[in-house]
Amino acid sequence: MNFFYTFLLVGIVEFLKFNPLGYVPVLVDGDFVVADSFAILLYLEENYPQHPLLPKDLQKRALNYQAANLVSANIQPLQNLPVLGYIHEKLGPDEEIPLAQTHIRKGFATLEKLLENYAGKYATGNEVFLADLFLAPQIDGAVRRFNVDMSEYPILSRINEAYKELPAFQDAMPGKQPDTPPEARA
Amino acid sequence: MASGTGEVSKKLKLYSNWRSSCSCRVRIALKLKGLDYEYIAINLLKGDQKSPEFLKFNPLGYVPVLVDGDFVVADSFAILLYLEENYPQHPLLPKDLQKRALNYQAANLVSANIQPLQNLPVLGYIHEKLGPDEEIPLAQTHIRKGFATLEKLLENYAGKYATGNEVFLADLFLAPQIDGAVRRFNVDMSEYPILSRINEAYKELPAFQDAMPGKQPDTPPEARA
Repeated sequence: MNFFYTFLLVGIVEFLKFNPLGYVPVLVDGDFVVADSFAILLYLEENYPQHPLLPKDLQKRALNYQAANLVSANIQPLQNLPVLGYIHEKLGPDEEIPLAQTHIRKGFATLEKLLENYAGKYATGNEVFLADLFLAPQIDGAVRRFNVDMSEYPILSRINEAYKELPAFQDAMPGKQPDTPPEARA
Repeated sequence: MASGTGEVSKKLKLYSNWRSSCSCRVRIALKLKGLDYEYIAINLLKGDQKSPEFLKFNPLGYVPVLVDGDFVVADSFAILLYLEENYPQHPLLPKDLQKRALNYQAANLVSANIQPLQNLPVLGYIHEKLGPDEEIPLAQTHIRKGFATLEKLLENYAGKYATGNEVFLADLFLAPQIDGAVRRFNVDMSEYPILSRINEAYKELPAFQDAMPGKQPDTPPEARA
């Protein structure tokens, strides 16, 4: 499947028609629109079965769902732009990073325990699955934006090094996108 | 699957709290699929979720946790997908791939964009840093934003229930969230006609009503329905 990078310079009003919540990402497939990364990933998995994102084993699938949702519901929404903006406004800029770190560190500690008996080269074994797609960006953001010390998370540190060897992951990272500002370009 | 000795087939256990909307989602699913389970109450206000025994089950310290034989699954979204894949009776997802995506979106709107921003730990943080008077307004802000989005998302799809005339995954997330919004956070539902209407439909379904906070083994007397 070809991924086009369609660079739509749309105004906010147009974008909100796609996703009333006003969040990215939004996927448009023909005339069907899917918002929310978790929903998009499951949609892609169900519509484009090549390179499966989920293992066949039902318990391993459950493990991937857990790890994915740990990031999706228990870390990321508690340190995204709107939440940080609210904290900035109510408590001041100095509270932003500590709060983000608190949520990230709690989530990462939980992930270390969750993956303890399962992690291999990647999060849930020796193949890349759904959990890895959630972990790689979260770890990248934790390090680059929130200065989280990864030395306390040996499994996450190790698999993060493995992600750095994968072109599919590296090409997707923030530093390499069409809209990456010059100062952030990798 | 019965064992050779004729013992009871592997039993499901659910670590649950009466008021937890995440636990309610799973309770509904278990009822719809006709699955018996042992209800193990976790008292969140007393801190049961922080005990070493429970943290072994779920290091995050959240309910619900499902135990299926010797396999443990935490996180309601993961549990629901696990139940769907292991116990296919009364499917929680439609066959149509676009309708499935719609259900995933609605479910995750609640799961990632509303509930985590108004759960006990977050409210406790706000209480501590900004005072008790900021708790309900903050919860209402997130709920109202999410509900307004759901109204738009479901506009062209809702029927008797969220995504048509059958109960699917989205409904399992919406029913507890709407219940909590009304009972705990005093959200005025009149601005959300679709959600109001489907909520009335949920009240007619025993699987939903039996799963609600007012009817659990650990419901305190003053909250019993």
